[in-house]
Amino acid sequence: MAMLKAILAHPSGRIGAAIIVLYAFLALLGALGLTPHDPVQQFRIDRLKPPSATYWMGTDLFGRDTLSRLMVGIGQSFVIAFASVGLAALAGSLIGLFAGWWGGWADGVLMRMMDVLLAFPAILLALLIIAIVGPGTFTSVAAIAIVYTPIFARVVRGPTLSLKRRDFVDAARTFGSSQTYILSRHLLLNLVAPLTVQVTLALAWALLTEAGLSFLGLGTQPPAPSLGLMMSEARNLMQQAPWLLAFPGLTIMLGILGFNLFGDALRDILDPRTQERSS
Amino acid sequence: MSYLARRLSTFPLILLGVSVLVFFSIRLIPGDAITAMLGTEAGLLTPAQRQALAAYFGIDQPVFVQYGRWLAGVVQGDLGISVTYGRPVLSVILERFPLTLELALLSMLIALCAGIPAGVLAATRNERPSDLGIRIAAMLGQSTPSFVIGLLIIYVLSVVFGAVPAMGVFTPFRADPLANLGQLIFPAITLGFAFAASVTRIARSSMLDVLNEDFIRTARAKGAPARSVVWHHALPNALIPVVTLSGVEFGYLLGGAVIVEQIFALPGLGRLTLDAIGQRDYALVQGSVLFIAFNFLIVNLLVDLAYAALDPRIRLGRR
Repeated sequence: MAMLKAILAHPSGRIGAAIIVLYAFLALLGALGLTPHDPVQQFRIDRLKPPSATYWMGTDLFGRDTLSRLMVGIGQSFVIAFASVGLAALAGSLIGLFAGWWGGWADGVLMRMMDVLLAFPAILLALLIIAIVGPGTFTSVAAIAIVYTPIFARVVRGPTLSLKRRDFVDAARTFGSSQTYILSRHLLLNLVAPLTVQVTLALAWALLTEAGLSFLGLGTQPPAPSLGLMMSEARNLMQQAPWLLAFPGLTIMLGILGFNLFGDALRDILDPRTQERSS
Repeated sequence: MSYLARRLSTFPLILLGVSVLVFFSIRLIPGDAITAMLGTEAGLLTPAQRQALAAYFGIDQPVFVQYGRWLAGVVQGDLGISVTYGRPVLSVILERFPLTLELALLSMLIALCAGIPAGVLAATRNERPSDLGIRIAAMLGQSTPSFVIGLLIIYVLSVVFGAVPAMGVFTPFRADPLANLGQLIFPAITLGFAFAASVTRIARSSMLDVLNEDFIRTARAKGAPARSVVWHHALPNALIPVVTLSGVEFGYLLGGAVIVEQIFALPGLGRLTLDAIGQRDYALVQGSVLFIAFNFLIVNLLVDLAYAALDPRIRLGRR
Protein backbone atom coordinates (compact mmCIF):
# COMPACT_ATOMS: atom_id res chain seq x y z
CA MET A 1 0.00 0.00 0.00
CA ALA A 2 2.85 2.35 0.95
CA MET A 3 4.54 1.50 -2.33
CA LEU A 4 1.38 2.28 -4.31
CA LYS A 5 1.11 5.64 -2.52
CA ALA A 6 4.75 6.40 -3.24
CA ILE A 7 4.27 5.56 -6.94
CA LEU A 8 1.16 7.71 -7.21
CA ALA A 9 2.94 10.57 -5.45
CA HIS A 10 5.73 10.44 -8.06
CA PRO A 11 4.83 12.43 -11.23
CA SER A 12 6.34 9.86 -13.63
CA GLY A 13 4.81 7.03 -11.63
CA ARG A 14 1.37 8.61 -11.83
CA ILE A 15 1.48 9.10 -15.61
CA GLY A 16 3.09 5.69 -16.19
CA ALA A 17 0.52 3.91 -14.01
CA ALA A 18 -2.34 5.74 -15.75
CA ILE A 19 -1.09 4.66 -19.19
CA ILE A 20 -0.57 1.04 -18.09
CA VAL A 21 -4.04 0.87 -16.48
CA LEU A 22 -5.64 2.39 -19.59
CA TYR A 23 -3.84 -0.11 -21.85
CA ALA A 24 -4.74 -3.02 -19.58
CA PHE A 25 -8.38 -1.90 -19.70
CA LEU A 26 -8.36 -1.65 -23.51
CA ALA A 27 -6.63 -5.02 -23.77
CA LEU A 28 -9.21 -6.56 -21.45
CA LEU A 29 -12.06 -5.17 -23.55
CA GLY A 30 -10.32 -6.53 -26.63
CA ALA A 31 -9.89 -9.96 -25.05
CA LEU A 32 -13.55 -10.04 -24.01
CA GLY A 33 -14.61 -9.21 -27.55
CA LEU A 34 -15.97 -5.82 -26.47
CA THR A 35 -14.41 -3.96 -29.39
CA PRO A 36 -16.42 -1.47 -31.50
CA HIS A 37 -16.23 -3.92 -34.45
CA ASP A 38 -14.95 -7.42 -35.11
CA PRO A 39 -11.17 -6.88 -35.45
CA VAL A 40 -10.82 -9.35 -38.34
CA GLN A 41 -14.10 -8.65 -40.14
CA GLN A 42 -13.58 -7.01 -43.52
CA PHE A 43 -16.04 -4.21 -44.28
CA ARG A 44 -15.13 -4.22 -47.97
CA ILE A 45 -17.32 -1.23 -48.79
CA ASP A 46 -15.53 0.86 -46.14
CA ARG A 47 -11.93 0.24 -47.22
CA LEU A 48 -9.36 2.90 -46.23
CA LYS A 49 -11.95 5.14 -44.55
CA PRO A 50 -10.44 8.00 -42.52
CA PRO A 51 -11.38 8.39 -38.84
CA SER A 52 -15.14 8.99 -38.45
CA ALA A 53 -17.97 8.49 -35.95
CA THR A 54 -18.36 4.87 -37.11
CA TYR A 55 -14.66 4.04 -37.29
CA TRP A 56 -12.94 6.21 -34.69
CA MET A 57 -9.47 5.44 -36.03
CA GLY A 58 -10.42 4.68 -39.62
CA THR A 59 -10.19 1.39 -41.52
CA ASP A 60 -7.38 -0.45 -43.31
CA LEU A 61 -6.97 -1.78 -46.84
CA PHE A 62 -9.35 -4.66 -46.14
CA GLY A 63 -11.95 -2.46 -44.41
CA ARG A 64 -11.04 -3.69 -40.92
CA ASP A 65 -11.57 -1.31 -37.99
CA THR A 66 -8.24 0.11 -36.77
CA LEU A 67 -9.37 0.80 -33.19
CA SER A 68 -10.69 -2.73 -32.70
CA ARG A 69 -7.46 -4.16 -34.11
CA LEU A 70 -5.40 -1.89 -31.86
CA MET A 71 -7.32 -3.05 -28.78
CA VAL A 72 -6.65 -6.70 -29.58
CA GLY A 73 -3.08 -5.87 -30.65
CA ILE A 74 -2.35 -4.21 -27.30
CA GLY A 75 -3.52 -7.39 -25.54
CA GLN A 76 -1.31 -9.49 -27.79
CA SER A 77 1.73 -7.27 -27.11
CA PHE A 78 1.04 -7.31 -23.36
CA VAL A 79 0.73 -11.11 -23.26
CA ILE A 80 4.02 -11.54 -25.13
CA ALA A 81 5.83 -8.86 -23.10
CA PHE A 82 4.64 -10.12 -19.70
CA ALA A 83 5.19 -13.80 -20.51
CA SER A 84 8.66 -13.26 -21.99
CA VAL A 85 9.85 -10.94 -19.23
CA GLY A 86 8.38 -13.28 -16.59
CA LEU A 87 10.28 -16.22 -18.08
CA ALA A 88 13.48 -14.19 -18.50
CA ALA A 89 13.25 -12.89 -14.91
CA LEU A 90 12.71 -16.40 -13.55
CA ALA A 91 15.46 -18.07 -15.56
CA GLY A 92 17.89 -15.15 -15.24
CA SER A 93 17.32 -14.79 -11.48
CA LEU A 94 17.92 -18.48 -10.87
CA ILE A 95 21.09 -18.46 -12.97
CA GLY A 96 22.36 -15.25 -11.32
CA LEU A 97 21.46 -16.51 -7.86
CA PHE A 98 23.23 -19.86 -8.25
CA ALA A 99 26.22 -18.33 -10.01
CA GLY A 100 26.65 -15.75 -7.24
CA TRP A 101 25.98 -18.20 -4.41
CA TRP A 102 28.15 -21.08 -5.58
CA GLY A 103 30.93 -18.95 -7.04
CA GLY A 104 34.01 -20.72 -8.43
CA TRP A 105 33.76 -22.74 -11.63
CA ALA A 106 29.93 -22.87 -11.59
CA ASP A 107 29.87 -19.07 -11.58
CA GLY A 108 32.45 -18.99 -14.36
CA VAL A 109 30.57 -21.45 -16.58
CA LEU A 110 27.13 -19.92 -16.03
CA MET A 111 28.25 -16.34 -16.54
CA ARG A 112 30.35 -17.18 -19.63
CA MET A 113 27.20 -18.76 -21.07
CA MET A 114 25.39 -15.51 -20.36
CA ASP A 115 28.27 -13.59 -22.01
CA VAL A 116 27.82 -15.73 -25.12
CA LEU A 117 24.13 -14.78 -25.27
CA LEU A 118 24.98 -11.11 -24.67
CA ALA A 119 27.62 -11.09 -27.42
CA PHE A 120 25.09 -12.62 -29.80
CA PRO A 121 23.21 -9.72 -31.47
CA ALA A 122 19.79 -9.70 -29.76
CA ILE A 123 17.50 -9.29 -32.74
CA LEU A 124 19.49 -11.84 -34.78
CA LEU A 125 19.27 -14.33 -31.92
CA ALA A 126 15.51 -13.82 -31.82
CA LEU A 127 15.35 -14.17 -35.63
CA LEU A 128 17.35 -17.39 -35.52
CA ILE A 129 15.03 -18.90 -32.90
CA ILE A 130 12.00 -17.85 -34.94
CA ALA A 131 13.54 -19.32 -38.10
CA ILE A 132 14.00 -22.65 -36.30
CA VAL A 133 10.60 -22.91 -34.62
CA GLY A 134 8.50 -20.81 -37.01
CA PRO A 135 6.86 -17.48 -36.24
CA GLY A 136 4.02 -17.17 -33.71
CA THR A 137 3.12 -15.95 -30.26
CA PHE A 138 4.90 -18.70 -28.31
CA THR A 139 8.03 -18.38 -30.41
CA SER A 140 8.12 -14.63 -29.82
CA VAL A 141 7.79 -15.23 -26.07
CA ALA A 142 10.61 -17.78 -26.07
CA ALA A 143 12.85 -15.67 -28.31
CA ILE A 144 12.45 -12.48 -26.25
CA ALA A 145 12.85 -14.44 -22.99
CA ILE A 146 16.15 -15.96 -24.14
CA VAL A 147 17.44 -12.57 -25.27
CA TYR A 148 16.71 -10.92 -21.89
CA THR A 149 17.72 -13.79 -19.57
CA PRO A 150 21.42 -12.73 -19.35
CA ILE A 151 20.43 -9.22 -18.25
CA PHE A 152 18.49 -10.60 -15.28
CA ALA A 153 21.30 -13.01 -14.48
CA ARG A 154 23.71 -10.07 -14.25
CA VAL A 155 21.30 -7.96 -12.19
CA VAL A 156 20.91 -10.77 -9.63
CA ARG A 157 24.47 -12.13 -9.54
CA GLY A 158 26.15 -8.90 -8.38
CA PRO A 159 24.00 -8.30 -5.29
CA THR A 160 24.05 -12.05 -4.49
CA LEU A 161 27.86 -11.94 -4.33
CA SER A 162 27.79 -9.15 -1.75
CA LEU A 163 24.72 -10.40 0.15
CA LYS A 164 26.16 -13.87 0.77
CA ARG A 165 29.00 -12.32 2.77
CA ARG A 166 26.66 -10.35 5.02
CA ASP A 167 26.25 -11.16 8.71
CA PHE A 168 22.58 -12.11 8.49
CA VAL A 169 23.40 -14.91 6.04
CA ASP A 170 26.11 -16.21 8.39
CA ALA A 171 23.62 -15.98 11.24
CA ALA A 172 21.04 -17.97 9.26
CA ARG A 173 23.68 -20.63 8.56
CA THR A 174 24.59 -20.78 12.24
CA PHE A 175 20.94 -21.33 13.10
CA GLY A 176 21.00 -24.32 10.77
CA SER A 177 18.85 -22.87 7.95
CA SER A 178 19.02 -24.91 4.79
CA GLN A 179 20.64 -23.55 1.63
CA THR A 180 17.25 -23.44 -0.12
CA TYR A 181 15.76 -21.48 2.79
CA ILE A 182 18.61 -18.96 2.83
CA LEU A 183 18.44 -18.51 -0.96
CA SER A 184 14.67 -18.10 -1.12
CA ARG A 185 14.02 -16.21 2.12
CA HIS A 186 17.10 -14.16 2.74
CA LEU A 187 18.71 -13.56 -0.63
CA LEU A 188 15.78 -13.48 -3.02
CA LEU A 189 13.72 -11.20 -0.75
CA ASN A 190 16.61 -8.73 -0.68
CA LEU A 191 16.73 -8.80 -4.46
CA VAL A 192 13.06 -7.94 -4.94
CA ALA A 193 13.76 -4.20 -5.27
CA PRO A 194 16.35 -4.32 -8.09
CA LEU A 195 14.39 -7.09 -9.78
CA THR A 196 11.13 -5.13 -9.75
CA VAL A 197 12.78 -2.14 -11.39
CA GLN A 198 14.47 -4.36 -13.96
CA VAL A 199 11.22 -6.18 -14.74
CA THR A 200 9.35 -2.93 -15.39
CA LEU A 201 12.07 -1.57 -17.65
CA ALA A 202 12.39 -4.94 -19.40
CA LEU A 203 8.65 -4.83 -20.13
CA ALA A 204 9.24 -1.66 -22.11
CA TRP A 205 12.11 -3.32 -24.06
CA ALA A 206 10.03 -6.44 -24.61
CA LEU A 207 7.20 -4.34 -26.08
CA LEU A 208 9.78 -2.68 -28.32
CA THR A 209 11.29 -6.01 -29.42
CA GLU A 210 7.89 -7.61 -29.99
CA ALA A 211 6.79 -4.67 -32.11
CA GLY A 212 10.06 -4.93 -34.08
CA LEU A 213 9.66 -8.67 -34.69
CA SER A 214 6.04 -8.21 -35.77
CA PHE A 215 7.13 -5.34 -38.01
CA LEU A 216 9.56 -7.71 -39.75
CA GLY A 217 6.68 -10.18 -40.16
CA LEU A 218 8.23 -12.63 -37.68
CA GLY A 219 5.96 -12.12 -34.68
CA THR A 220 2.20 -12.47 -34.57
CA GLN A 221 0.93 -13.79 -37.87
CA PRO A 222 -1.91 -12.24 -39.91
CA PRO A 223 -4.86 -11.95 -39.82
CA ALA A 224 -4.39 -11.67 -36.01
CA PRO A 225 -3.81 -8.00 -35.16
CA SER A 226 -0.44 -6.89 -33.84
CA LEU A 227 0.87 -3.34 -33.47
CA GLY A 228 4.15 -3.88 -35.33
CA LEU A 229 2.43 -5.78 -38.12
CA MET A 230 -0.14 -3.01 -38.51
CA MET A 231 2.69 -0.50 -38.99
CA SER A 232 4.36 -2.75 -41.51
CA GLU A 233 1.12 -3.17 -43.48
CA ALA A 234 0.61 0.61 -43.44
CA ARG A 235 4.05 1.32 -44.97
CA ASN A 236 2.88 1.22 -48.56
CA LEU A 237 -0.29 3.16 -47.79
CA MET A 238 1.23 6.10 -45.94
CA GLN A 239 0.22 8.58 -48.62
CA GLN A 240 -3.43 7.48 -48.93
CA ALA A 241 -4.07 6.49 -45.32
CA PRO A 242 -1.63 8.15 -42.89
CA TRP A 243 -3.91 7.26 -39.93
CA LEU A 244 -2.92 3.62 -40.42
CA LEU A 245 0.63 4.63 -39.55
CA ALA A 246 -0.18 7.27 -36.95
CA PHE A 247 -2.47 5.34 -34.58
CA PRO A 248 -0.45 2.12 -34.21
CA GLY A 249 2.76 4.19 -34.00
CA LEU A 250 1.35 6.37 -31.22
CA THR A 251 -0.08 3.33 -29.44
CA ILE A 252 3.29 1.52 -29.40
CA MET A 253 5.12 4.67 -28.31
CA LEU A 254 2.70 5.49 -25.53
CA GLY A 255 2.70 1.92 -24.20
CA ILE A 256 6.49 1.82 -24.02
CA LEU A 257 6.49 5.30 -22.49
CA GLY A 258 4.10 4.09 -19.79
CA PHE A 259 6.40 1.28 -18.70
CA ASN A 260 9.49 3.50 -18.94
CA LEU A 261 7.91 6.18 -16.74
CA PHE A 262 6.67 3.59 -14.27
CA GLY A 263 10.09 1.91 -14.17
CA ASP A 264 11.84 5.23 -13.62
CA ALA A 265 9.50 6.08 -10.76
CA LEU A 266 10.10 2.67 -9.17
CA ARG A 267 13.85 3.13 -9.47
CA ASP A 268 13.64 6.56 -7.85
CA ILE A 269 11.54 5.19 -5.01
CA LEU A 270 13.58 2.05 -4.39
CA ASP A 271 17.03 3.59 -4.89
CA PRO A 272 17.64 6.55 -2.57
CA ARG A 273 20.65 7.68 -4.63
CA THR A 274 18.58 8.34 -7.76
CA GLN A 275 15.82 9.79 -5.59
CA GLU A 276 18.14 12.57 -4.47
CA ARG A 277 19.13 13.21 -8.07
CA SER A 278 15.69 13.54 -9.57
CA SER A 279 14.15 15.52 -6.74
CA MET B 1 47.48 -11.33 -14.69
CA SER B 2 46.70 -7.86 -16.00
CA TYR B 3 43.09 -6.85 -16.59
CA LEU B 4 43.62 -6.62 -20.35
CA ALA B 5 45.17 -10.10 -20.54
CA ARG B 6 42.41 -11.57 -18.39
CA ARG B 7 39.68 -10.00 -20.52
CA LEU B 8 41.38 -11.04 -23.75
CA SER B 9 41.72 -14.60 -22.48
CA THR B 10 37.91 -14.89 -22.18
CA PHE B 11 37.39 -13.81 -25.80
CA PRO B 12 38.19 -17.16 -27.46
CA LEU B 13 35.88 -18.92 -24.99
CA ILE B 14 32.96 -16.56 -25.64
CA LEU B 15 33.53 -16.66 -29.40
CA LEU B 16 33.69 -20.46 -29.24
CA GLY B 17 30.33 -20.42 -27.41
CA VAL B 18 28.85 -18.08 -30.03
CA SER B 19 30.20 -20.30 -32.83
CA VAL B 20 28.71 -23.47 -31.29
CA LEU B 21 25.37 -21.75 -30.72
CA VAL B 22 25.09 -20.33 -34.23
CA PHE B 23 26.53 -23.38 -36.00
CA PHE B 24 24.19 -25.91 -34.48
CA SER B 25 21.09 -23.74 -34.21
CA ILE B 26 21.11 -22.70 -37.87
CA ARG B 27 21.14 -26.36 -38.82
CA LEU B 28 17.92 -26.84 -36.88
CA ILE B 29 16.07 -24.57 -39.34
CA PRO B 30 13.87 -26.72 -41.55
CA GLY B 31 14.95 -26.97 -45.21
CA ASP B 32 18.38 -27.39 -46.78
CA ALA B 33 20.80 -24.86 -48.23
CA ILE B 34 20.81 -26.19 -51.79
CA THR B 35 17.02 -26.10 -52.14
CA ALA B 36 16.99 -22.61 -50.61
CA MET B 37 19.69 -21.50 -53.06
CA LEU B 38 18.20 -22.93 -56.25
CA GLY B 39 14.50 -22.73 -55.36
CA THR B 40 12.31 -24.79 -57.65
CA GLU B 41 15.29 -25.54 -59.90
CA ALA B 42 16.71 -27.70 -57.11
CA GLY B 43 14.21 -30.36 -58.21
CA LEU B 44 16.00 -30.58 -61.56
CA LEU B 45 19.30 -31.63 -59.98
CA THR B 46 20.41 -35.24 -60.30
CA PRO B 47 21.49 -36.88 -57.01
CA ALA B 48 25.09 -36.72 -58.23
CA GLN B 49 24.87 -32.98 -58.94
CA ARG B 50 23.28 -32.36 -55.54
CA GLN B 51 26.03 -34.40 -53.90
CA ALA B 52 28.72 -32.45 -55.77
CA LEU B 53 27.23 -29.12 -54.70
CA ALA B 54 26.94 -30.30 -51.08
CA ALA B 55 30.58 -31.41 -51.19
CA TYR B 56 31.67 -28.05 -52.67
CA PHE B 57 30.04 -26.14 -49.81
CA GLY B 58 31.22 -28.71 -47.26
CA ILE B 59 27.72 -29.62 -46.07
CA ASP B 60 27.89 -33.29 -47.09
CA GLN B 61 29.80 -34.37 -43.97
CA PRO B 62 28.45 -35.29 -40.51
CA VAL B 63 27.65 -32.10 -38.60
CA PHE B 64 30.50 -32.42 -36.05
CA VAL B 65 33.00 -32.91 -38.88
CA GLN B 66 31.55 -29.82 -40.57
CA TYR B 67 31.99 -27.85 -37.36
CA GLY B 68 35.57 -29.03 -36.88
CA ARG B 69 36.48 -28.14 -40.46
CA TRP B 70 34.78 -24.77 -40.26
CA LEU B 71 36.46 -23.92 -36.94
CA ALA B 72 39.86 -24.92 -38.32
CA GLY B 73 39.19 -22.57 -41.24
CA VAL B 74 38.05 -19.73 -38.96
CA VAL B 75 41.29 -19.90 -36.98
CA GLN B 76 43.13 -19.34 -40.26
CA GLY B 77 40.84 -16.47 -41.28
CA ASP B 78 38.74 -18.56 -43.69
CA LEU B 79 35.04 -18.27 -42.85
CA GLY B 80 33.94 -20.54 -45.69
CA ILE B 81 32.13 -19.96 -48.98
CA SER B 82 28.73 -18.30 -49.15
CA VAL B 83 26.14 -20.46 -50.90
CA THR B 84 24.22 -17.37 -52.00
CA TYR B 85 27.11 -15.29 -53.31
CA GLY B 86 29.47 -18.09 -54.34
CA ARG B 87 32.34 -16.10 -52.78
CA PRO B 88 34.34 -16.24 -49.54
CA VAL B 89 32.15 -15.19 -46.62
CA LEU B 90 34.75 -12.76 -45.29
CA SER B 91 34.79 -10.80 -48.55
CA VAL B 92 30.96 -10.57 -48.54
CA ILE B 93 31.00 -9.35 -44.93
CA LEU B 94 33.78 -6.83 -45.54
CA GLU B 95 31.83 -5.49 -48.50
CA ARG B 96 28.82 -4.75 -46.28
CA PHE B 97 30.70 -3.67 -43.19
CA PRO B 98 31.67 -0.11 -44.29
CA LEU B 99 28.00 0.85 -44.52
CA THR B 100 27.25 -0.56 -41.07
CA LEU B 101 30.33 1.12 -39.59
CA GLU B 102 29.53 4.46 -41.20
CA LEU B 103 25.89 4.28 -40.09
CA ALA B 104 26.94 3.46 -36.53
CA LEU B 105 29.51 6.31 -36.46
CA LEU B 106 27.06 8.81 -37.93
CA SER B 107 24.31 7.79 -35.47
CA MET B 108 26.73 8.13 -32.57
CA LEU B 109 27.87 11.54 -33.80
CA ILE B 110 24.24 12.72 -34.02
CA ALA B 111 23.45 11.27 -30.59
CA LEU B 112 26.46 12.89 -28.92
CA CYS B 113 26.03 16.27 -30.64
CA ALA B 114 22.38 16.44 -29.62
CA GLY B 115 22.46 14.49 -26.36
CA ILE B 116 25.40 16.05 -24.50
CA PRO B 117 24.35 19.73 -24.86
CA ALA B 118 20.74 18.79 -24.08
CA GLY B 119 21.80 16.85 -20.99
CA VAL B 120 24.08 19.68 -19.80
CA LEU B 121 21.35 22.25 -20.37
CA ALA B 122 18.80 20.17 -18.47
CA ALA B 123 21.19 19.66 -15.55
CA THR B 124 22.10 23.34 -15.27
CA ARG B 125 18.42 24.28 -15.33
CA ASN B 126 17.32 21.52 -13.00
CA GLU B 127 13.54 21.47 -12.41
CA ARG B 128 12.95 24.52 -14.62
CA PRO B 129 10.60 24.30 -17.64
CA SER B 130 13.50 23.75 -20.06
CA ASP B 131 14.73 20.81 -17.93
CA LEU B 132 11.27 19.27 -17.84
CA GLY B 133 10.88 19.78 -21.59
CA ILE B 134 14.20 18.06 -22.32
CA ARG B 135 13.39 15.22 -19.92
CA ILE B 136 10.00 14.63 -21.56
CA ALA B 137 11.56 14.73 -25.05
CA ALA B 138 14.27 12.28 -23.96
CA MET B 139 11.73 9.92 -22.43
CA LEU B 140 9.65 10.06 -25.62
CA GLY B 141 12.78 9.43 -27.68
CA GLN B 142 13.64 6.35 -25.65
CA SER B 143 10.09 5.06 -26.01
CA THR B 144 9.79 5.40 -29.77
CA PRO B 145 10.70 2.35 -31.84
CA SER B 146 13.15 2.99 -34.66
CA PHE B 147 10.64 1.92 -37.29
CA VAL B 148 8.14 4.54 -36.09
CA ILE B 149 10.77 7.29 -36.45
CA GLY B 150 12.00 5.87 -39.76
CA LEU B 151 8.53 5.68 -41.28
CA LEU B 152 7.71 9.16 -39.94
CA ILE B 153 10.83 10.54 -41.64
CA ILE B 154 9.93 8.82 -44.91
CA TYR B 155 6.36 10.12 -44.60
CA VAL B 156 7.45 13.72 -44.01
CA LEU B 157 10.03 13.55 -46.82
CA SER B 158 7.71 11.97 -49.35
CA VAL B 159 4.37 13.63 -48.52
CA VAL B 160 5.51 17.06 -47.34
CA PHE B 161 8.68 17.55 -49.41
CA GLY B 162 7.88 15.16 -52.25
CA ALA B 163 11.35 13.62 -52.02
CA VAL B 164 12.17 10.03 -51.19
CA PRO B 165 15.66 9.21 -49.86
CA ALA B 166 17.74 7.12 -52.27
CA MET B 167 17.23 3.46 -51.50
CA GLY B 168 18.55 0.18 -52.79
CA VAL B 169 22.01 0.64 -54.27
CA PHE B 170 24.49 2.00 -51.76
CA THR B 171 26.98 4.69 -52.79
CA PRO B 172 30.26 4.32 -50.89
CA PHE B 173 31.71 7.44 -49.26
CA ARG B 174 34.84 7.32 -51.42
CA ALA B 175 32.80 7.17 -54.64
CA ASP B 176 30.57 10.16 -53.89
CA PRO B 177 30.68 11.64 -50.37
CA LEU B 178 27.60 13.83 -50.85
CA ALA B 179 25.41 11.09 -52.30
CA ASN B 180 26.67 8.77 -49.58
CA LEU B 181 25.75 11.20 -46.79
CA GLY B 182 22.40 11.95 -48.44
CA GLN B 183 21.67 8.25 -48.34
CA LEU B 184 22.78 7.63 -44.77
CA ILE B 185 21.70 10.80 -42.98
CA PHE B 186 18.05 9.80 -42.51
CA PRO B 187 18.75 6.24 -41.33
CA ALA B 188 21.39 7.74 -39.01
CA ILE B 189 18.87 10.25 -37.60
CA THR B 190 16.43 7.36 -37.12
CA LEU B 191 18.98 5.37 -35.13
CA GLY B 192 20.46 8.44 -33.47
CA PHE B 193 17.10 9.57 -32.08
CA ALA B 194 16.74 6.96 -29.34
CA PHE B 195 20.53 6.95 -28.87
CA ALA B 196 20.47 10.75 -28.30
CA ALA B 197 17.64 10.32 -25.80
CA SER B 198 19.73 7.85 -23.78
CA VAL B 199 22.79 10.13 -23.96
CA THR B 200 20.70 13.12 -22.80
CA ARG B 201 19.36 11.24 -19.78
CA ILE B 202 22.71 9.86 -18.70
CA ALA B 203 24.51 13.19 -19.34
CA ARG B 204 21.91 15.06 -17.28
CA SER B 205 22.03 12.67 -14.37
CA SER B 206 25.85 12.53 -14.40
CA MET B 207 26.12 16.34 -14.62
CA LEU B 208 23.76 16.72 -11.65
CA ASP B 209 26.04 14.44 -9.63
CA VAL B 210 29.18 16.32 -10.61
CA LEU B 211 27.66 19.79 -10.10
CA ASN B 212 27.12 18.87 -6.45
CA GLU B 213 30.78 17.94 -5.92
CA ASP B 214 33.08 19.98 -3.69
CA PHE B 215 35.51 20.90 -6.47
CA ILE B 216 32.70 22.60 -8.40
CA ARG B 217 31.77 24.58 -5.29
CA THR B 218 35.45 25.53 -4.92
CA ALA B 219 35.66 26.63 -8.56
CA ARG B 220 32.55 28.75 -8.11
CA ALA B 221 33.87 30.21 -4.85
CA LYS B 222 37.10 31.19 -6.61
CA GLY B 223 34.97 33.20 -9.01
CA ALA B 224 35.26 31.03 -12.13
CA PRO B 225 32.64 32.08 -14.70
CA ALA B 226 29.50 29.92 -14.66
CA ARG B 227 30.01 28.82 -18.27
CA SER B 228 33.60 27.74 -17.57
CA VAL B 229 32.53 25.82 -14.45
CA VAL B 230 29.95 23.86 -16.44
CA TRP B 231 31.93 23.19 -19.63
CA HIS B 232 35.52 23.01 -18.36
CA HIS B 233 35.25 21.76 -14.81
CA ALA B 234 32.06 19.70 -14.65
CA LEU B 235 31.53 18.29 -18.13
CA PRO B 236 34.82 16.37 -18.53
CA ASN B 237 34.09 14.65 -15.22
CA ALA B 238 30.50 13.90 -16.17
CA LEU B 239 31.44 12.31 -19.48
CA ILE B 240 32.53 8.92 -18.14
CA PRO B 241 29.03 7.34 -18.03
CA VAL B 242 28.33 8.92 -21.44
CA VAL B 243 31.41 7.24 -22.89
CA THR B 244 30.35 3.89 -21.43
CA LEU B 245 26.80 4.15 -22.74
CA SER B 246 27.89 5.36 -26.17
CA GLY B 247 30.43 2.58 -26.48
CA VAL B 248 27.94 -0.13 -25.60
CA GLU B 249 25.32 1.32 -27.98
CA PHE B 250 27.95 1.63 -30.70
CA GLY B 251 28.85 -2.02 -30.16
CA TYR B 252 25.22 -2.97 -30.69
CA LEU B 253 24.95 -0.79 -33.80
CA LEU B 254 28.00 -2.51 -35.32
CA GLY B 255 25.87 -5.65 -35.32
CA GLY B 256 23.74 -4.01 -37.97
CA ALA B 257 20.39 -2.34 -37.52
CA VAL B 258 18.12 -4.92 -39.13
CA ILE B 259 14.90 -2.89 -38.96
CA VAL B 260 16.32 0.45 -40.09
CA GLU B 261 18.28 -1.25 -42.89
CA GLN B 262 15.03 -2.90 -43.94
CA ILE B 263 13.02 0.36 -43.93
CA PHE B 264 15.62 2.33 -45.88
CA ALA B 265 16.59 -0.67 -48.06
CA LEU B 266 20.25 -0.43 -47.03
CA PRO B 267 22.56 -3.37 -47.72
CA GLY B 268 24.15 -3.50 -44.25
CA LEU B 269 25.37 -6.30 -42.04
CA GLY B 270 22.01 -6.76 -40.28
CA ARG B 271 20.07 -7.36 -43.48
CA LEU B 272 22.86 -9.54 -44.83
CA THR B 273 22.48 -11.85 -41.84
CA LEU B 274 18.68 -11.71 -41.93
CA ASP B 275 18.66 -12.69 -45.60
CA ALA B 276 21.30 -15.35 -45.00
CA ILE B 277 19.08 -16.95 -42.33
CA GLY B 278 16.20 -16.98 -44.82
CA GLN B 279 18.41 -18.51 -47.51
CA ARG B 280 19.90 -21.15 -45.16
CA ASP B 281 23.33 -19.79 -46.10
CA TYR B 282 25.00 -21.55 -43.16
CA ALA B 283 28.53 -20.26 -43.74
CA LEU B 284 27.36 -16.67 -44.15
CA VAL B 285 25.17 -16.71 -41.01
CA GLN B 286 27.97 -18.31 -38.98
CA GLY B 287 30.56 -15.92 -40.32
CA SER B 288 28.56 -12.74 -39.89
CA VAL B 289 27.35 -13.60 -36.37
CA LEU B 290 30.91 -14.42 -35.33
CA PHE B 291 32.16 -11.19 -36.91
CA ILE B 292 29.47 -9.17 -35.09
CA ALA B 293 30.18 -10.88 -31.76
CA PHE B 294 33.92 -10.25 -32.18
CA ASN B 295 33.33 -6.55 -32.86
CA PHE B 296 30.99 -6.34 -29.89
CA LEU B 297 33.60 -7.83 -27.54
CA ILE B 298 36.38 -5.57 -28.86
CA VAL B 299 34.24 -2.42 -28.56
CA ASN B 300 33.24 -3.35 -25.01
CA LEU B 301 36.86 -3.91 -24.07
CA LEU B 302 37.83 -0.53 -25.56
CA VAL B 303 35.00 1.10 -23.59
CA ASP B 304 36.35 -0.38 -20.35
CA LEU B 305 39.88 0.77 -21.18
CA ALA B 306 38.60 4.26 -22.07
CA TYR B 307 36.75 4.26 -18.76
CA ALA B 308 39.99 3.68 -16.87
CA ALA B 309 41.88 6.20 -18.99
CA LEU B 310 39.28 8.93 -18.38
CA ASP B 311 39.17 8.42 -14.63
CA PRO B 312 42.57 7.68 -13.09
CA ARG B 313 40.81 6.62 -9.85
CA ILE B 314 39.50 3.54 -11.65
CA ARG B 315 41.95 0.68 -11.75
CA LEU B 316 40.39 -2.12 -13.73
CA GLY B 317 40.60 -5.61 -12.33
CA ARG B 318 41.78 -4.56 -8.85
CA ARG B 319 39.63 -5.46 -5.89
